[in-house]
Amino acid sequence: MATPKPRVRVPKSAAKDEVITIKTIISHKMESGQRKDKQGKVIPREIINKFTCEFNGKPLFSCDIQPAISANPYFEFNAKLAESGTFKFTWVDDNGSVYETERSIEVK
Amino acid sequence: MDLTRRDVLALSAGAAALALTGLEAGPAFATPEETQKSLMAFTGGKTPASGKISLTAPEIAENGNTVPVSISVDSPMTGDDHVAAVMLLAEQNPNPGVITFNFTPMSGKAQAATRMRLAKTQNVIAVARMSDGSVYMDKKLVKVTIGGCGG
Repeated sequence: MATPKPRVRVPKSAAKDEVITIKTIISHKMESGQRKDKQGKVIPREIINKFTCEFNGKPLFSCDIQPAISANPYFEFNAKLAESGTFKFTWVDDNGSVYETERSIEVK
Repeated sequence: MDLTRRDVLALSAGAAALALTGLEAGPAFATPEETQKSLMAFTGGKTPASGKISLTAPEIAENGNTVPVSISVDSPMTGDDHVAAVMLLAEQNPNPGVITFNFTPMSGKAQAATRMRLAKTQNVIAVARMSDGSVYMDKKLVKVTIGGCGG
């Protein structure tokens, strides 16, 4: 499997206390553990099981994820910020890998 | 709207009929009991009221592998009064739990969207747990033409 690639869409700036929308996606098969291979053997589960978004080090939003979430998991959510700073987005894989990306935003 | 006794009995009859056919082809599906158990674990044993939370899902999902769903909860999202978490369940998937969204007052709005897999036509349930422990739910029937569990 190619290394999962995260993509996020965050506005570059926002007004103080404006509610903004954040969109995130990561390329990942999200193998549910329900499928069988040609020999009839179950293909083991391997999914992204956790997504977190922090802002300036504080938790903002997170997801506890089960195999029923589609491949290339997509999450859209909101934030209401009082100051400028940096978002940190984290995805945790069943296999222990952690994928991260960051974005800065100017809040006026 | 709550799962009435009539709903649970109807679901049980359906599940029993399916078991009797001895179908081995696809995945086993969750029972109404399993769904209730997951739901009650999330609510701490409370039966959710209706209202406050709204679940948006298509009436017909062409592809059960990727069904767009979103939730929105009416809440001021202040420190004292906000949505703590929202759980999505699919009553008749192999496992009923789909995702739990965890919110904070910094979320601003208790809104989230994602894409999910639905094994077959079934109800999708959204349950919200507020910061004061109260719980609300919404439910939508989604018709699925091609099931999304790789079976």
